[in-house]
Amino acid sequence: MLVLDALTKDFASRAVDRVSLAFHAGQVHALLGANGAGKSTLCKMIAGMIQPTHGTMQLAGSEFSPKSKRQAQRSGVQIVQQELNVLPTLSLAENLFFSQLPSRLGILKRRAMREHAHQILSEFGLGKLSPDAQASRLGVGQQQMLEIAANTWQQTQVLILDEPTAALSAAESEILFEKIHQWKQDGVAILYISHRLTEVQAIADKISILKDGKLQGTWSRGKLNHRDIVAHMTNQANQTDQTDQTDQTDQTDPPLMIVHQLQAPRRVHGVSFELHPGEILGLAGLVGSGRTELLRALFGADRATGGRLEFPTGQFRPPFASPNQAVRNGVVMISEDRKADGLLLSESVASNIQLPALDLAKFGLWSLYRTNDARKAAQGYRDQLGIRCDSIDQPVGTLSGGNQQKVVLAKWLHRDGQIFLLDEPTRGIDIAARESVYLVIRDLARQRKAILVVSSDLEELTQLCNRIGVMSNGRWLETFDGPSYDPQRIVQAMFAGYA
Amino acid sequence: MKSMQPTYRLILAQYAGLLAAILTLIVFFGIKANNFLSMTTLTTIANRVPDLTVIAVGMTLVLIAGGIDLSVGSVMALCASMLGLLMVDYRFPLWVGVLAAVMVGTLCGALSGWISAAYRIPAFIVTLGMLEIARGGAYLLTNSSTKYVGSSLGWFSEPISGSGLSVSFFIAIGVVLIGQWLLHGTVLGRTAVAIGTNAESVRMAGVRTTGPLVTLYAICGGLCGLAGLIQSSRLSSVDPNAGIGMELNAIAACVIGGTSLRGGQGSVVRTFIGVLIISILETGLAQMGATDPIKHIVTGSVIILAVLLDSLRQRSADR
Repeated sequence: MLVLDALTKDFASRAVDRVSLAFHAGQVHALLGANGAGKSTLCKMIAGMIQPTHGTMQLAGSEFSPKSKRQAQRSGVQIVQQELNVLPTLSLAENLFFSQLPSRLGILKRRAMREHAHQILSEFGLGKLSPDAQASRLGVGQQQMLEIAANTWQQTQVLILDEPTAALSAAESEILFEKIHQWKQDGVAILYISHRLTEVQAIADKISILKDGKLQGTWSRGKLNHRDIVAHMTNQANQTDQTDQTDQTDQTDPPLMIVHQLQAPRRVHGVSFELHPGEILGLAGLVGSGRTELLRALFGADRATGGRLEFPTGQFRPPFASPNQAVRNGVVMISEDRKADGLLLSESVASNIQLPALDLAKFGLWSLYRTNDARKAAQGYRDQLGIRCDSIDQPVGTLSGGNQQKVVLAKWLHRDGQIFLLDEPTRGIDIAARESVYLVIRDLARQRKAILVVSSDLEELTQLCNRIGVMSNGRWLETFDGPSYDPQRIVQAMFAGYA
Repeated sequence: MKSMQPTYRLILAQYAGLLAAILTLIVFFGIKANNFLSMTTLTTIANRVPDLTVIAVGMTLVLIAGGIDLSVGSVMALCASMLGLLMVDYRFPLWVGVLAAVMVGTLCGALSGWISAAYRIPAFIVTLGMLEIARGGAYLLTNSSTKYVGSSLGWFSEPISGSGLSVSFFIAIGVVLIGQWLLHGTVLGRTAVAIGTNAESVRMAGVRTTGPLVTLYAICGGLCGLAGLIQSSRLSSVDPNAGIGMELNAIAACVIGGTSLRGGQGSVVRTFIGVLIISILETGLAQMGATDPIKHIVTGSVIILAVLLDSLRQRSADR
């Protein structure tokens, strides 16, 4: 049905590398791979949301090169993405038909729409709901079902499902599997992405595995067990040998902070761990496993719903209620999205570095702001970290990603803290900048601070960290001690919580 | 000193457009209106600007932090009414009245700011409510009638001998200078700019935002109190209907001066130039004998033109 020929996509680096695959009508074809393996990029190319750098596609025998999502949809290629796109203020029926509202001369044909909607909703187990009900009343699982329904009621030849069961209950998943079975009968080619290996093995006719943008192979149902899959995703030959290991931490030192049973809504379920001085603790896990949520709850960015923190003095306290509390207690965080909540893009390098320190001013808001001191400090960090900019008065938004990240590091070095929480600190930055980020992290460890690093790059974690914890499905499943790690076992743990 | 030159040039570039606009207006009215270039005109304008200037300074601070205060006009009327009540009905000395007026304004501002910041309600809505409340308060305090306050306040607006400029005018200039210093020289000012640029980044930097926001709204309210005093002295009376629509004039002055309604950008001095532009325009049009409708149409067009030019200038600068 759909044939990919040497499909390639280059961003800053190569995201998908010459992938050739055939998807057959009436088959469920699972696509597996660790974070950043290129699954999403591949799907987006098929769905017309991005265009390939090289390579071609053929749909039902003829050339297929969609320029937009809409064009792909017209050719019968539908995608259901992981993020929900339900419009909360519209009715179920309107959401269902949003891409093509039935109308005559711009006037909605409400009755026809309602009847048709009811029929479709019933097929997806939402038959008890009125088509006129507002979508905001739906639970997450129901929204996911609505989204799937909205993308499949039209004539479909190829259907891409990206983590469709992530938000579904067991019962809802069963309804979906029933529908998948039906689509197979109708001759739809289904591309299925999921973290849940058991589920994949149950419903997939074929399994393809991607690693670093390259296709590792395609197997028929029953030819692979869990261990094989994980081995192919990590490339078993790749046993890391530690060359640049940080000074070993003395685990007998009292921890800087012990986290007891931290709870946060949705994705953090009773997580406990210790942070030791001079330690770099890595945190691995799939996207959506709760790593970011854990960090945000720990930092007070989101409200934790349970748990407590213990300090070396033996004091206990509830989790921080705000970032301000966290920072005042020596806990600082670098978030994963520096543009959204890490930087003031239109403000200067110097102001950005000075920002967290505003809270330290002696007379509060009425303190003088010493521009010269701020500039001098910024100059120091520019030299120390090699921030490349024409001037420290330049808006941060005009710097490259790597240099922006250095500014983020500088602002926290300037504010200072005991515990550094880093969420994907090297995402989207070049190799040189990456090295300087590692340098800063190791330097902090040498200063007896504790560092918790979340990263989707397992190689990065194995080279950087003294210990690596693994989160899966909201729980802290396992902790591995360095200096050498078995990536296979770590990846296995990443998937274990979903079984 | 060489490194300072670009800074000067930058500042000059920021003010060049506004100063050119003022110059154009003066030349235009100088030609078109009789006796525009005279001492009387200067006095008229200088007498006209202080209350709007003081309020526009407060508005600038709030806008830069990404907020807005629609209640300034009626809070000013409330403060003036308080002043009138204390001085006329209860015969308190001037300083008590002034203190009370400024305190009432500060409280109104702090209340709006606190509700909007702590409960994350858009300032537009909260201050719209405050606009009604303060206006109602002003009617209550004055029994809905204008009170004559007499000469005890008059000297504020009298020209200082020989200069043609009043005490009020110099107070307004002082407020502008202090406002500009507050914005650039204090932690409060820098925090305001940061919040207006990206409030979430500020929160994630461990810096609290509620306190600074409440403080900014409180300052804006307090300045409304001061403006109430200045206006009452000019009119020698307290009018509960004063300041209707003043919030729009203040916002217009800020916008003409280049303050962004999205926050993060603005300057107090440039707001003052915005006030001057509006006043020169109104005075000049009046001297030309323009009717009220025409004045409104021209003023409105100038506001849109100013913002349009500013946005074009920024777009070419970004390129």
